[in-house]
Amino acid sequence: MFELLGIPPQALFGQLLLGLINGSFYALLSLGLAVIFGLLNIINFSHGAQYMMGAFFAWMGLTYLGIPYWGALILVPIAVGATGVLLERLMISRLYHLDHLYGLLLTFGLALILQGLFRNQFGVSGLPYSIPSQLSGGQNLGFMFLPNYRAWVVLASLVVCFGTWFAIERTRLGAYLRAATENPTLVGAFGINVPRMITLTYGFGVALAAFAGVLAAPIYSVNPNMGADLIIVVFAVVVIGGMGSILGAILTGFGLGIVEGLTKVFYPEASSVAIFVIMAIVLLVKPAGLFGRAA
Amino acid sequence: MSATTEPTTTQSAARALPIGTPKHHIIIFAVLLVLLLIAPFVLYPVFIMKILCFALFASALNLLLGFGGLLSFGHAAFFGAASYVTAHAAKVWGLNPEVAILLGMASAGLLGLVIGALAIRRQGIYFAMVTLAFAQMVFFISLQAPFTGGEDGIQAVPRGNLFGVLPLANDMTLYFVVLAIVFGGLLAIYRIIHSPFGQVLKAIRDNEPRSISLGYKVNRYKLAVFVMSATIAGMAGATKALVFQLASLTDVYWTMSGEVVLMTLLGGMGTIFGPFVGAAVIVTMQNYFAGFGAWVTVLQGTIFVISVLLFREGIVGVLAKWLKKPL
Repeated sequence: MFELLGIPPQALFGQLLLGLINGSFYALLSLGLAVIFGLLNIINFSHGAQYMMGAFFAWMGLTYLGIPYWGALILVPIAVGATGVLLERLMISRLYHLDHLYGLLLTFGLALILQGLFRNQFGVSGLPYSIPSQLSGGQNLGFMFLPNYRAWVVLASLVVCFGTWFAIERTRLGAYLRAATENPTLVGAFGINVPRMITLTYGFGVALAAFAGVLAAPIYSVNPNMGADLIIVVFAVVVIGGMGSILGAILTGFGLGIVEGLTKVFYPEASSVAIFVIMAIVLLVKPAGLFGRAA
Repeated sequence: MSATTEPTTTQSAARALPIGTPKHHIIIFAVLLVLLLIAPFVLYPVFIMKILCFALFASALNLLLGFGGLLSFGHAAFFGAASYVTAHAAKVWGLNPEVAILLGMASAGLLGLVIGALAIRRQGIYFAMVTLAFAQMVFFISLQAPFTGGEDGIQAVPRGNLFGVLPLANDMTLYFVVLAIVFGGLLAIYRIIHSPFGQVLKAIRDNEPRSISLGYKVNRYKLAVFVMSATIAGMAGATKALVFQLASLTDVYWTMSGEVVLMTLLGGMGTIFGPFVGAAVIVTMQNYFAGFGAWVTVLQGTIFVISVLLFREGIVGVLAKWLKKPL
């Protein structure tokens, strides 16, 4: 712990905040993946592309239609979620009787298409999206400077994650959902429209990714590849957390973001591989993941 | 359970292959070899060498996916790592090409042993995600390690002299060496598939619990095939490094893993000649449409989607169905 003294607190807390921000995105994205996986049994490889779509839709809304950030925060997840609903109805629903791998391959193909289309249209250089005026500036906390927008991202992500957890674990609708993941036939026999529920769940999961995309737009430059690398880290997060629980996705997401931030302080070269190293260790010790149920 | 219960196989196209070598396989291999011997006199040799390398790469993945039922989404790690090691060995250490390739293969195999041992602890889509994540780790290491040249990769790799005698600088000479390597690799895969080991592998793919109850150490078989597949993928990557005299980050990036899955899927998972056909189609397409920029990605994605939705057996799989013969 001697190194702690050598690290200026500014840098330490700065990286911790950065880790917390990244963790917010990991949590939101792995939560969306977990929700989709829970009911559809499909690993949504296009999740990263849908996150990227969220950021781009926010940018397009502002540039072409004049929709401000706050409007985008509501409208973009709905719009991208609607494309998800369409996708589920047209394509993904045809794969349920097949091996799960085909769902992964299909959504991978879709991700390639989406990324390619946006790259053709907007190039790879990245587009700026400014922070809404209400959230510009920051607070001086004495030991560090906290930009308002970053604080907002962490807060918004926490609220949405908690809301989703509450809806799934503590409400009647969530009970139906959980029941349908256990036994869709039986739940259908009780008069619940399971296929529609599945479609809407996919739409909701996609909307979560898009919401993360809108949140990310002012922090990272909006570019077609922004989801491509992130999704693989999120996959690692999912493997570490285990897909069994919603809470697991959220906690692992935030936790690993922070671990990554800390690695950047103490051993910067390893920061990009830290999560994968943790994944290796978790696979050795607890193959089902920290919060996962054993298969 | 009723007799109509289908085995939970990912590759319905792959029927149980007989242990002996069917006559039509020998004929196809012979015709293929003759065509490939004539090809460089008709087409640009470097282009065919590229197809050959990717055909071997896709066949290596197919050994794992089509016959072992394990979808690795991280095979670029082995392909790329071997190409880095081979390039480094040939350029910095000045080793003969055959030694450099062997070193590349060995490193890919070793990497396969480590990643495979961890990845087989999870199954199905988790397995795919774990391999993908580890491949990304290899990518980051390749980006930062001092000997890989970062964004530039290792350029101007000398092709050297085979066994210290035969100069490979000439494309034509190199072509026949590459052909020998790739064809050797394909035959090795064929041999593995048709061995008792391959039969056990298929049994595990079709019904893992049953194989366990029959007393097979399932995880050992899985790990063994993973290492074999990684080594042969490394063979392809090592050869490619010599052909293009370049090892670069593209070879390790995860889109490369996706590309090789696409080749296998398009050609026909679980068929012997499918990956070859798939690689030829995709590489030709990439060369042909290279000027269209990101549209190539869109096109590849579209082929992916169409293959999954309508065409799961792939080109050779469909052909095999028509001819009612395993290809």
